[in-house]
Amino acid sequence: MRQYRASGRAFDNRSANWVTCFFRATRYRPVSERRQGNKEAPAYHLILEGILILWIIRLLFSKTYKLHETYKLTEKEKEDLIEEWQPEPLVPPVSKDHPSLSYDVVTGPPSHKITINGKECINFASFNFLGLLDNERVKQKALASLKKYGVGTCGPRGFYGTFDVHLELESRLAKFMKTEEAIIYSYGFATIASAIPAYSKRGDIIFVDEAACFSIQKGLQASRSFIKYFKHNNMEDLERLLNEQELEDQKNPRKARVTRKFILVEGLYINTADICPLPELVKMKYKYKVRIFLEESMSFGVLGEHGRGVTEHFGVNIDDIDLISANMENAVASIGGFCCGRSFVIDHQRLSGQGYCFSASLPPMLAAAAIEALNIMEEDPDIFTILRDKSQHIYNALQGIPGLKLVGVQFSPALHLQLERSSGSRDSDMQLLRTIVDYCLERRVALTLARYLEKEERFLPSPSIRVVVTIQQTEEDVQKAVSCIREAAAALLI
Amino acid sequence: LNNSVSVLYKKPFAESFEETPLLVAVLTYMGYGILTVFGYLRDFLRHWSIQTCHVAREKEEQKDFVPLYQDFENFYTRNLYMRIRDNWNRPICSVPGAKMNLVERVSRDYNWTFEHTGRVVKDVINMGSYNYLGFADNTGACADAAVEATEKYGVGVASSRCEMGNLDIQEKLEQLVARFLGLESSMIFGMGFATNSMNIPALTGKGCLILSDELNHASLVLGARLSGSTIRVFKHNNMQSLEKLLRDAIAHGQPRTHRPWKKILIVVEGIYSMEGSIVRLPEIVALKKRYKAYLYLDEAHSIGALGPNGRGVVDYFGLDPKDVDIMMGTFTKSFGAAGGYIAGKKDLINFLRCHSHSALYATSMSPPVAQQIITSMTIIMGEDGTTLGADRIRRLSENTTYFRRKLREMGVVIYGNDDSPVVPMMLYMPAKIGAFGREMLKRNIGTVVVGFPATPIIESRARFCVSAAHTREMLDTALKATDEVGDLLQLKYSRREQPLPSLGWMAKESLLQD
Repeated sequence: MRQYRASGRAFDNRSANWVTCFFRATRYRPVSERRQGNKEAPAYHLILEGILILWIIRLLFSKTYKLHETYKLTEKEKEDLIEEWQPEPLVPPVSKDHPSLSYDVVTGPPSHKITINGKECINFASFNFLGLLDNERVKQKALASLKKYGVGTCGPRGFYGTFDVHLELESRLAKFMKTEEAIIYSYGFATIASAIPAYSKRGDIIFVDEAACFSIQKGLQASRSFIKYFKHNNMEDLERLLNEQELEDQKNPRKARVTRKFILVEGLYINTADICPLPELVKMKYKYKVRIFLEESMSFGVLGEHGRGVTEHFGVNIDDIDLISANMENAVASIGGFCCGRSFVIDHQRLSGQGYCFSASLPPMLAAAAIEALNIMEEDPDIFTILRDKSQHIYNALQGIPGLKLVGVQFSPALHLQLERSSGSRDSDMQLLRTIVDYCLERRVALTLARYLEKEERFLPSPSIRVVVTIQQTEEDVQKAVSCIREAAAALLI
Repeated sequence: LNNSVSVLYKKPFAESFEETPLLVAVLTYMGYGILTVFGYLRDFLRHWSIQTCHVAREKEEQKDFVPLYQDFENFYTRNLYMRIRDNWNRPICSVPGAKMNLVERVSRDYNWTFEHTGRVVKDVINMGSYNYLGFADNTGACADAAVEATEKYGVGVASSRCEMGNLDIQEKLEQLVARFLGLESSMIFGMGFATNSMNIPALTGKGCLILSDELNHASLVLGARLSGSTIRVFKHNNMQSLEKLLRDAIAHGQPRTHRPWKKILIVVEGIYSMEGSIVRLPEIVALKKRYKAYLYLDEAHSIGALGPNGRGVVDYFGLDPKDVDIMMGTFTKSFGAAGGYIAGKKDLINFLRCHSHSALYATSMSPPVAQQIITSMTIIMGEDGTTLGADRIRRLSENTTYFRRKLREMGVVIYGNDDSPVVPMMLYMPAKIGAFGREMLKRNIGTVVVGFPATPIIESRARFCVSAAHTREMLDTALKATDEVGDLLQLKYSRREQPLPSLGWMAKESLLQD
C-alpha cells in the first residue's frame, strides 16, 4: 500500500523534484513489481503530488495567526479606548459617622488607670493580663537597653540587625517553654502570618477551626494551600474531614505521599474566649498523621501552672506540638511575637519566614522589656493563680445580666459580652453596644467594642463588648465595673 | 511622550548597570556547577553516614508522617549557604552607628553551629546597617526624648489602634509626618513590612490591576498577592515596558471577559536596595496622569536619604507630592526607629483608618519608638532650631558622591544611580561572596554580601550603605580595605576607561577636587 505523509516539514521549490523522487523511491511495492515498472509513474500520481507540493507552498507563505488573539486593535481604536476609560475613585467615600473613623484617644500610659478622651478610667479593655505595662522593673530594663543600643536596629536580622539581646530573648523563651529553639518576630500580627506560608505551600492541606483569628486567615491566604474549616471546637467534624481526606489519599497514594497536612488551632480563642481540646487533637494527630500548629497569643502567660500556655494546662508533652506561635503583646506587655518548637521545625523559618528575613528586627529595648517580663513570670508563678481567680470572679459576677450574655470559659481573661437578642441588623447592634460602652466610660470604666473587618472575615463573630481581666484590678474596681454594666444594660437595653 | 522625556528631568539622571563580562559569567556558572557536584557528593556521604550529619532530623515518632521539607528544597541551604553562613546574622552588641562592636563567634564544625568566644570585636566600621542619616545613636536629643517617653508611657500598648491603643503621641506623629511630606494626612503602623502587606489588600481587590516593578520588595509582592488583583510585572525601571502594559491593559480590559479594569495601581519603590537605582519618577507621574492610573510609591530607603531637604525621591526630582496618590515609607532606615507610614489625601487616610487590617487587628506603635521618630523628624525639618538636619543631609550626599567616585576609579563594577546611598558592588562568583565578607571583617570593616536567591544567580554582590555618620577617614579606611581585597580577590572587573561625570543635586559645589 502506498502511504504518503505530508509531514509539514519545510522544503522549497528547488527540492520538489528531489522530493518526488524520494517519494517514488520509498513507495512500498512487492518485490515482483519493483523489477517491472521503475521508470514509469502513473499520471494521477504526478498530479496528486503536484497538488500536494503546491498546497505546502501555499501554507508556507500564508500568514500565521495565534488562536487566542484573533483580532488586533488599530492604534486609533486603542487611543479611543484609553480616552474613554474612567477608573473608579482610589477609595470609596467613607461616611462621616463610620464607627471606626474616630478613635478614642488615650493620653498618657495605657495602663491600669487609663485616661481616655480626657477622663481617667479603670482599664478593662487593654490585654494587659499580668499588669506589666507599667511595671517599674520592666521600664528600667528597657531604659538601660535604650541607653546602650539606641532605639532602632537599622537592619534585618541577616544584616547586622541581630543583637545579643535578641539571641538572649530567643534562648530564654526556648528555656521557658521547654522547647529546643525559639525565633522572634518584630510584629505580633506578622508572626503566625509568616510562619504558616513557610511550611505549607500550594497543594498542601490545612484544617483550621472556624473561629481562627484574622492573622491566621491572612497566613492561610498567603500560603495558597487548600483550607478546610471545621466547626468551632467540634472534634467530630474534624474527624469527618480527616476521614474524607484519608479516603482521598487511598485513591491517590502518590499524591498523598507529598501532600503535607496541618491542623491549626488557637489555645485560647480571641473571638470566642474558649479553649481548644488539645488532648483529643494530639490523639488525632498521631492517628491521621497530621501536624499541629498552635497559636497561643491569648494563652501564653495566662494558662498553665507556670504560664506556659495550653500545653501545660492540659499536661500535654510540648514535643507533640510541632509549632507554637504567640505574640508578646498581651501578657508579656512588649511588642513582637515568637515561635517555638523543635529545631527541626523552627530553623526553617530563619530563611523562609518572610516577616523575619525581609523586615527590620525588634528594637532592642522592647526585647529587653520582654526578657524582664519573662524574669518576673519565672520568679513569681503565683500571678497566674491570681489571674485565674480574678477571671473566675468576674465570670461569675457578669452572669445573669438581663439583655447581655457572657461568652467564654471561666478562666479566660478576655471575655465577650454579646446581646442576648439581636435586633437583626449588625449596625444597630453595634450602635447599641457602643451606647453601653459610652455609658460606662462616663462612669469611669473603660471598655471597648470588639472590632472586626466585616467584609474580610470569613466567619464574622457577633458584635460584642470586650471585657479584659488584669491582676491589677482590685475588688472595688470589679464591683464598680459590674454594677456599671448592669445599670447600663438596664437603662439602655430594655 | 518620548520626545519630552528630557524636559521632565531637572538634572542629569546618571545610572549605570555594567554588563557582566562573558568570561566572568562562564566562570561563575562553572563555579556553581562545581559546588553542586560537591553538594551531591556530600549528601551522598551524609546519607551513608560516612560524614557526620548536622542537619536536624524529624522526631522518631513522626518518621512516617509526610516529610515537612522536600530534600531538594533545602539542597541550596545545606550545601551552598551553610559554607558561607558566617557572613550573615553577625550579632552586634552596641549601637548600629558608624562604628559597631561585633560579638566574636567561631565555628568548629564548618558553620553548622557557632560559639561565642566571649570576646568583642571593637570598632568595626559599619557599612551594612541602613543608618543613612546617622540617627542610630544612644546619646543626644533623640535618645533623651525616647527616655522621657518610656518613663511616661511605658513600653507596650497591648491593644489595637481601633480599640484602646490609640495614644496621643501617635496622633502627634501622624500630623508631623503629614507636614513633613507636604500632604494632607498620614497614618502610621508598627512594622514597615506589614504596612505594605496589610494595606495594599485594603486598597485594591478583584477586578483591579497592579503593575509592579520586576525588583519590588517581598512585602509589596505579598501585599499584591493577598489583594487578589491581577498582577503584571514590567521590566525594572523601564518606562517603555510600563507604557506598553498600560496601553494594552486599558485597551483589552480584564483577561477573558474584557470588562474595563476598576483601577490600575502602579507600584514602585523610591530606591531599590539591591540595585541602588532610583525610580524614574517624573516619567511615571507623566504616564500615570496620561493613563489615569494610581501611583503607590514605597520610599523605604529613600525617605530622608534623598533630596535637598531629605523629603525623599519626590523632593529629589522637585515634583509635587500631591501627584503621588499613595506615599508609603518606613521609619527604620533614616529615622533610626521602626515602623511604617502611609500618607496621602484625607479621603485615603480616612478609608484606611476604617479598613486597614493593621488598624483593627494589630497592636499600635510603641511610644518610645514614636517619640524617636518625632524627634528625628523634627531635627531633619530644622524645626528644633538647629541646622543639624540640614548638615546631615548634606554630609550624606557628599559621602555618597565621594564613595561612589572613588569606587569607580578603583575599577570595581558598581551598580545604580550616582546619588543613591546604597552602593552594590559586583562579586559575581560564589566563592568570592564568602571570601569578600571574611576578608573585610579581618580588616575591621563590616559589609553585607548578597547572593542567590535575593539576586540573580550570577550577579552576587556586596552592598555598602553610606551614612551621614561616616567621617571622611572612615570612608578612606573602607576604601583602602576594598582596594586591597579587590586586588586580592581580583574584583576589578570594570571595563570603563574613565569614570562617568557625577553631579549630585548640588552641582555648584565642586567635589571633584578633593
